[in-house]
Amino acid sequence: MKTVMEPKRTNTTTEQQPRSEKTETKPAALDVKHLNIYYGENHAVKDVSFSIEKNAVTALIGPSGCGKSTFLRSINRMNDLIPGAKSTGEIQYDDVNLIGDDINVVALRKEIGMVFQKPNPFPKSIYNNIVHALKFNGIRSRKKLDGIVEESLRKAALWDEVKDRLHESALSLSGGQQQRLCIARTLAMKPNILLLDEPASALDPISNAKIEDLIMELKKEYTIVIVTHNMHQASRISDKTAFFLNGVLVEYDKTDRIFTNPSKKDTEDYITGRFG
Amino acid sequence: MNSKVADRIATTIFYLIAATIVTVLVGLLGYILFHGFSKLNIDFLTSPSSSFRAGGGIGNQLFNSFYILFLTMVFTVPLGLGGGIYMAEYARPGRLTNAIRTCIEVLASLPSIVIGMFGLLMFVNLTGWGYSILGGALALTVFNLPVMVRVCEDALRTVARDQKEASLALGITHWHTIKTVLLPAAFPSILTGAILASGRVFGEAAALLFTAGLTTPTLDFSNWNPFDSTSPLNIFRPAETLAVHIWAVNTQGLIPDVREVADGSSAVLIISVLLFNLLARWIGSVVHKKITASK
Repeated sequence: MKTVMEPKRTNTTTEQQPRSEKTETKPAALDVKHLNIYYGENHAVKDVSFSIEKNAVTALIGPSGCGKSTFLRSINRMNDLIPGAKSTGEIQYDDVNLIGDDINVVALRKEIGMVFQKPNPFPKSIYNNIVHALKFNGIRSRKKLDGIVEESLRKAALWDEVKDRLHESALSLSGGQQQRLCIARTLAMKPNILLLDEPASALDPISNAKIEDLIMELKKEYTIVIVTHNMHQASRISDKTAFFLNGVLVEYDKTDRIFTNPSKKDTEDYITGRFG
Repeated sequence: MNSKVADRIATTIFYLIAATIVTVLVGLLGYILFHGFSKLNIDFLTSPSSSFRAGGGIGNQLFNSFYILFLTMVFTVPLGLGGGIYMAEYARPGRLTNAIRTCIEVLASLPSIVIGMFGLLMFVNLTGWGYSILGGALALTVFNLPVMVRVCEDALRTVARDQKEASLALGITHWHTIKTVLLPAAFPSILTGAILASGRVFGEAAALLFTAGLTTPTLDFSNWNPFDSTSPLNIFRPAETLAVHIWAVNTQGLIPDVREVADGSSAVLIISVLLFNLLARWIGSVVHKKITASK
């Protein structure tokens, strides 16, 4: 099996240019073309095409069951776990179609990490939560592991809170800390893209704010795609917003335009709370 | 009749059913323990049984029971674990999986005497071993395997799905996820299930009548060479277990103290099975705490 692709975060020519705010389109991290996803008879995502920018936050919004989570889970092939799920179309990532049958999903998920709605740390120590996947990838040196643990916890803004109790159970952390641990665990794999499936919806407002700050910090280094039900959150943290309705991508634009001057009636109805 | 009265009648009936269950159990245990407890002493538990004279013990039978149980679990646990992992993680829904599940259910519902007859054909006659501990253990493996598969499958299925997703999303293979995330989380319930199954195996008689036999050769407990015919560890010798012994003394015993031996043996058997149950609960909760709580 071929490995999915080389990490190419810095080697494209377009990326060399300074990322000024005035550039309308940043280079695409993911190029979605005519993507259709089916669960058995249920056509969950219908002919979706758009491109997700590098080093930006893309928010996916829409009412429950609109296909946004399904779309997110198809990017790192988590839908493969669901019996009867089937996809057609393309998600281009560095010239590789992620929907293809020949994709090595294990290698893919290392480059495209995912954090789930409910914090799901392993019932192990904080330290072991992070090294779990590193050890699987053959990193055995204690020094190296310690280094990566500290680096990822710092990136996830959790280091100062847990540095004295790395070997205590991850379940002793608060919900918000657990979620940041899950993010740290994903960052330890050095992914290119982070997929966040409503990462803050199960948390209290303070933890929620911390996660948002963290996302703003992380987008300097990572491409982030986030599913959220929280309109304020989408408008605060994202650069671009995609609005899904009944499996269709209704509108995709810069976030401030979506929230101030949407071009479709459905979008306006949704963000002003008229349905959903 | 209004619904309030109906509710009260239903509640009363359910209380009565619960009380019946408890009464039957307490009555049974009380009767056996009351009659058997006075026979229990070190001599009875350790001395060999006697064929004609009074005063025989159950030492060999007790050893045989535990030895056969041990061998059975050595065979059953890996097979059951493998089957459970397959059914919970790899089997895709479809006709093949349904067929396998039906096989497991039919196997689980086979009367143990039928498994005993099957064992007689397979492990006694076909192999030419005669009555042997190994044959008995294999017959009990057939008897126990469906239960173990079921226990392991259920234990794996009850592990929270988000744990599995967390591991897979980190780019870890399915098998490594099973090994390092699912099995540790399922371990307490697998262990509890295995111990409960042990209790069932320990008390089984019918499947052993024609496989491990009704006799035990003279054993020399100082001889631990498993290939020697007088060694207790020899797996090719016949071995009467405790449960079989109870049946044997009651149906064809020539000793004058049949009643005493049967009472004492039953008490030992019941106490052992009870211990298995208590042990299962205790170990299950200890391991659960150890795995999930801090440190």
